[in-house]
Amino acid sequence: MTVTRPPLLPPTRAEYCVIACADAWRDNGEVLASPMGLIPSVGARLAKRTFSPDLLLTDGEAMLVGLDGTVEGWLPYRQHLTMVTGGRRHVMMGASQIDRFGNQNISCVGDWAKPKRQLLGVRGGPVNSLNNPTSYWVPKHSARVFVEKVDMVCGVGYDRAAEAGPSATRFHRIPRVVSDLGVFDFATPDHSMRLTSLHPGVTVGQVREATGFALHLPDEVPYTREPTPEELELIREVIDPKGTRNREVRE
Amino acid sequence: MSDKTMSAEEAVGRLENGMTLGIGGWGSRRKPMALVRALLRTDVTDLTVVSYGGPDVGLLAAAGRIRKLVTAFVTLDSIPLEPHYRAARERGAFALMEVDEAMFMWGLHAAANRLPFLPVRAGLGSDVMRVNPGLRTVTSPYDDAEAFVAMPALRLDAALVHMNRADRLGNGQYLGPDPYFDDLFCEAADAAYVSCERMVDTADLTKEAAPQTLLLKRSSVTGVVETPGGAHFTSCVPDHDRDEAFQKLYATTPYAEFTERFLGGGEQDYQLAVQNWKKEQGQ
Repeated sequence: MTVTRPPLLPPTRAEYCVIACADAWRDNGEVLASPMGLIPSVGARLAKRTFSPDLLLTDGEAMLVGLDGTVEGWLPYRQHLTMVTGGRRHVMMGASQIDRFGNQNISCVGDWAKPKRQLLGVRGGPVNSLNNPTSYWVPKHSARVFVEKVDMVCGVGYDRAAEAGPSATRFHRIPRVVSDLGVFDFATPDHSMRLTSLHPGVTVGQVREATGFALHLPDEVPYTREPTPEELELIREVIDPKGTRNREVRE
Repeated sequence: MSDKTMSAEEAVGRLENGMTLGIGGWGSRRKPMALVRALLRTDVTDLTVVSYGGPDVGLLAAAGRIRKLVTAFVTLDSIPLEPHYRAARERGAFALMEVDEAMFMWGLHAAANRLPFLPVRAGLGSDVMRVNPGLRTVTSPYDDAEAFVAMPALRLDAALVHMNRADRLGNGQYLGPDPYFDDLFCEAADAAYVSCERMVDTADLTKEAAPQTLLLKRSSVTGVVETPGGAHFTSCVPDHDRDEAFQKLYATTPYAEFTERFLGGGEQDYQLAVQNWKKEQGQ
């Protein structure tokens, strides 16, 4: 028997962001997915429910949990830090500022000695970026976030890692940056940021306008892939039925 | 074996101006807030505070007691930015040694193991090296010859931590999901003062909980203080969750006003003022 369902509503911008984040964890194998922020969290759970079932997830505190919340392990902060330095983890952090080589700042804005705006502090940016794949999520792409030079390097970018030597570059990798406008990586000869896909409805001009440095632009920029019907149903009905994603990124 | 019970006043009475003071917990989780409140009632100042920062740092910073802070972050968790810490930083109120979360942990490990430093990859390439010009690197003597940050020991004059249970001898027990780094804080310190939700007989510590919940050994504990609700308004599960409503009040009230209403008297006055505020809120 076939069940006829009404056609799905087209994907929202937030839903393109969700699958762009989920794809960060594609083919990662049996590692801890550490999403920070709402849309990366939906993305990590989507990845685990579909193409990356071996991912480990936490409850946001000290428990490793399955998709239904079943506790499968214990991960207090001190063991979490070993997961980081052991490399079996892919974190997606936020960024108050990020530059063309992937240096990221969440510490403070202005002069560090007497900041104009004190933010969180370096947190685990230094240890994350040198030890396990570190991606970034920016819900509101603007020239205030995508800056020429960050005020305090917390997460280490490609140029700074190279300057610091082989111990810094050995495990350093920034797989992708996802924003509400598109997806970016550093797969260029000098590891400067490249636009890899635009979310449908966004133009290259818009991205350029909202970026405070010259992005590497391929001759033809593809659009972010379409979510599959299964992915859309999982996002809308199972993972985020209240639609909180659409409050983090609006159309 | 000696009975180490004391009052919060006696514990903070042993602190002196200029000391390096470690504070356990993490962010707004299982912070020894009653001991911090007791400290605020003394004149002790000029402190170097070592903490995975939360409202402990916010209160001490607002009160002008910090000469230097050693931390990786200061946050209220559910409220990402600590308002009093932010304000103090933005007026340049104290010196800061800002390091990464893992560097901080290795600094405590080094101190607890009486080592001058431990090597850590974190920090290389980041501005942690720029803002801490005293940090040095160390090169592996083996074939890899890799260079690492030599994270200096974070040796403490005193540590303050809060446990779910403790006995009179100083054996401390956590019953929540995460020990944080409280054992390291105690082992890194010359004197450690432990407050607890409930003081119990030694035999009762393992009656209902597994032995691996016994985080603190009495050999690294100087004094034990019974302070029910002593982590308030931070979380101290399973005894109590974070008091989110009160934390929000803390974060949105000018410091002077908050102090006048809640920190003017002793710990009992504080707990009573909190209860009264809750009644007003219809909680």
